[in-house]
Amino acid sequence: MTVTLLDVRDLEVTYRSRAGDVPAVRGVSLQLDPGQTLGLAGESGCGKSTMAAAILRLLPPDTRTSGSVLLDGEDVLTMRPGRLRAVRWTEAAIVFQGAMHALNPVRRVGVQIAEAIHLHDKLTDEAVDARVGELLEQVGLPARRAASYPHELSGGQRQRVMIAMALACSPRLLIADEPTTALDVMVQAQVLDLLAELRRELGLALLLITHDLSVLASTCERIAVMYAGRVVEEGPAAAVFDEPAHPYTRALSEAFPTIGDRASRKAPHGLGGDPPDPRELPSGCEFHPRCPVAVPICPTTDVQLWPAGPDRRAACVHVRDREPEPSAP
Amino acid sequence: MATPAARSFGLTAANRRIGGKLVGAVLSLAFVLVFNFFLFRVLPGDPAKNLTRNRLVPAEQVQALRESFGLGKPLPQQFAGYVRDTLRGDLGISYKFRRPVSDVIAERIWPTVLLLGLSTVLSTIIGLFIGIRGAWRRGSTFDRGSLAVSLALYAMPEFWLGILLLIAFGVGVGPLPGLFPTGGLSTPGTDLTSLAGVLDVARHLFLPCLTLTLAYLAEYALVMRSSLLDELGEDYLVTARAKGLRDALVLRRHAVPNALLPTTTLIFLNLGFVVSGAITIETVFSWPGLGLLSYEALRTPDYPVLQGVFLLFSAAVIVANVLADLLYPYLDPRVRTG
Amino acid sequence: MAQTSAPPAKDAELTGPAPSPRAIVRARRRRAAARAWAEYRRNRVGMVGLAILIVFIALAVLAPVLVPSSALDVTQATGVPFSPPSAEYPFGTDESGRSVLALTVWGSRVSLLVGFLATVISVLIGSVVGIVAGHFGRWTDSVLMRVTDWFLVIPFLPLAIVLATVLGPSLANIAFVIGITSWPGTARIVRAQALAVTARPYIERARALGAGDWHLITRHILPNVVPLIFANTVLIVAIAILSETTLAFLGLGDPLRVSWGSMLDAAFSHGAASIGAWWYLVPPGLAILLVVLAFTMCGQALEAVLNPRLRGR
Repeated sequence: MTVTLLDVRDLEVTYRSRAGDVPAVRGVSLQLDPGQTLGLAGESGCGKSTMAAAILRLLPPDTRTSGSVLLDGEDVLTMRPGRLRAVRWTEAAIVFQGAMHALNPVRRVGVQIAEAIHLHDKLTDEAVDARVGELLEQVGLPARRAASYPHELSGGQRQRVMIAMALACSPRLLIADEPTTALDVMVQAQVLDLLAELRRELGLALLLITHDLSVLASTCERIAVMYAGRVVEEGPAAAVFDEPAHPYTRALSEAFPTIGDRASRKAPHGLGGDPPDPRELPSGCEFHPRCPVAVPICPTTDVQLWPAGPDRRAACVHVRDREPEPSAP
Repeated sequence: MATPAARSFGLTAANRRIGGKLVGAVLSLAFVLVFNFFLFRVLPGDPAKNLTRNRLVPAEQVQALRESFGLGKPLPQQFAGYVRDTLRGDLGISYKFRRPVSDVIAERIWPTVLLLGLSTVLSTIIGLFIGIRGAWRRGSTFDRGSLAVSLALYAMPEFWLGILLLIAFGVGVGPLPGLFPTGGLSTPGTDLTSLAGVLDVARHLFLPCLTLTLAYLAEYALVMRSSLLDELGEDYLVTARAKGLRDALVLRRHAVPNALLPTTTLIFLNLGFVVSGAITIETVFSWPGLGLLSYEALRTPDYPVLQGVFLLFSAAVIVANVLADLLYPYLDPRVRTG
Repeated sequence: MAQTSAPPAKDAELTGPAPSPRAIVRARRRRAAARAWAEYRRNRVGMVGLAILIVFIALAVLAPVLVPSSALDVTQATGVPFSPPSAEYPFGTDESGRSVLALTVWGSRVSLLVGFLATVISVLIGSVVGIVAGHFGRWTDSVLMRVTDWFLVIPFLPLAIVLATVLGPSLANIAFVIGITSWPGTARIVRAQALAVTARPYIERARALGAGDWHLITRHILPNVVPLIFANTVLIVAIAILSETTLAFLGLGDPLRVSWGSMLDAAFSHGAASIGAWWYLVPPGLAILLVVLAFTMCGQALEAVLNPRLRGR
């Protein structure tokens, strides 16, 4: 029986601003076992990046967090700062979106990777340099690239550097926050292949966060879809993508035309409207203003994740009402 | 690194950039000379009469002055002569002191260097520190207080601050006696090479240096704070924290060095401001440097001295800016060619 | 089938003939200005600065009403020279027995006037240079930028002293000297904006339609540049007033008129410092401090309004 690697329970994150409190994450629970992949999907502003930062307690100081984030059994949110710093990067590492700004522009990338190693290991300089070279080659870059500055590398190369840096301390969990956004399609595919390969070689658990559902469908075992700070659907990747239970998931998957499928090319569906302002969320099911199948009880029902099939859940009244009796847990 | 061909290309590009900056500096200096030359010859009327309008000068002297300007000769020849003289170090004869301007300037240069040098070093260190601390602890009492003080110091004329300090600490207010001398470089009769002499100069230096330090550090603090606040919003700092770096090290190792880059540029751009401060403060404290010399010269008006000092100050600032331009790529790899 | 939400109907002017393009642009600009003002009003720092400015400008304008000009006449001075503040002379007296309060009130006129005048000169030159350099580019730009850089590098006070000494002491000359030494700041900002606007696609299209440079400059570049110039101008006034004070203190101001700087010059030259006559020195300096601070606060508030990224600093 494997111990759950990542166990997020009822996580709530609220940003405090002069204009009032902004609830970015409103009660999210996730589990990830060692070696598993979980994809987290949703539009921008749904709280997924906040989730990623929250797992390693990287949120800005004026945020309120509650709930628990158990990393290998220890709650990250209540760890002492020293323990937290030790856990960061060695247990879980994060690869940020927009690697142009996520790397220090005036330091060589090799130095930045080495910094991660120095923080957690006592190795000689030569050993560190060797390890840096190893890491770069593992992500498909020549070792001499360690002497480059971020602006001398292409977008795809920078992303690989970020991944190499994330692997520096052999973490068991890799959180990839929009690793393919702002990259062109060919490079996207390469980065995803790289992640899949690393996962196989190193037995990494992967939490992949993106707004592109199709990316998740091909790389992850399970998918969770977030909307307005909550998970609205989760389940096995293929099932969620091919037969979405929640109307929002359906809209997301339809928004991206399938290459090779003539029909989807001729009628791409966009989802009208904008994501809701977290300070003024719609009542009941937050999705109902934009939902194509909304019914009169939607604004007044407190939606939860109801069972929607084998190992699947979705927060929609249609899902709830389709099941005359709740299935045994 | 790259192939020999690529390496030599890089060298040429870097050389071209250096060459460009140097040419720019020489052009600026040349323009100072042109400016100095034409200022008195382009004005309406007889330059010799203009220059002696406020003083009773016998007619023969006015005529001699006219001749010394070489006004009889064609303009290009006058200019060539002027440039030749300047490059040789001959900046003319001071009206007031009746001695070569270069001699007068040479006597007065070290007190100014001492005063400006010390104030700049102190104000930079203290100002940057305050700016960093203020940005790091934004909104704290320290930040709000230092911001208010910096803005106030920045808004007041530095010589006003000097006079107030002079009254408070030099002359004494009410029952409190003056602690520091009210002017000059040293007490007459002190041997400047002895320890007592050095201490004496230090006592005289204290108030003017304090004034300039306060006046300059305000700007440095404000600029550094602003730069660091900009930098603190950057993503790579989150990466650094995520790697397990302590907050203090994130600041010291990543945020501050990067924030210093635009700050350094701005500081060098304001060197003219530093020089201007010297003039007024030396006047207030009778500190016998180039600033006080300027003040004495403009009262006369002693044009050769004024032009000479203007040339020297300009040259100093131009050179400093060129050095900063040349050194900057070593600090910021994004600017390097290649 | 996905729903699309219809955009809400805005400003539906359904009655009367269609307004001319010019009228539409004017109305849009008026609305933008009103929005900017509403935004500015929310900025506490900016409002405080504005309040202080209004007080001082009122003081300067109303000076003849508040204090008779005879108070400036040395021959009519009745106070004991260098006497400390009293009921009769709230700010004490100067070296000739005149009321320092009267001098301070009247001094505001020259200080503010020279400040504004110098700023007008500076902003005019700077804007013209900036627009020409940014719009025409290439050679014009290189040459103008060389000149701008020169003025930026050269230290202000030595240059101003040389110019002022040659031109002679008068209000106009001082304003001219300050204006001519401070235009580069504006020029750079304006040039950057002019470059950006000239590069925009609609300029190319306008040119294809036959628009001449004058039309492009006045109709397209200028409107985009004016808000920037406005914010920058406020900060330039602050610097101009400080410059006037410095030049007057050194004795280069108009000898016939009282300004805050000349007050400090007179005070210092007549030994107010050694006597400890702080009442003569504090008011003019404090006035300058407050006015410059006020302009700086307004300038920062304006920049925050025009550039939302800077809000919350």
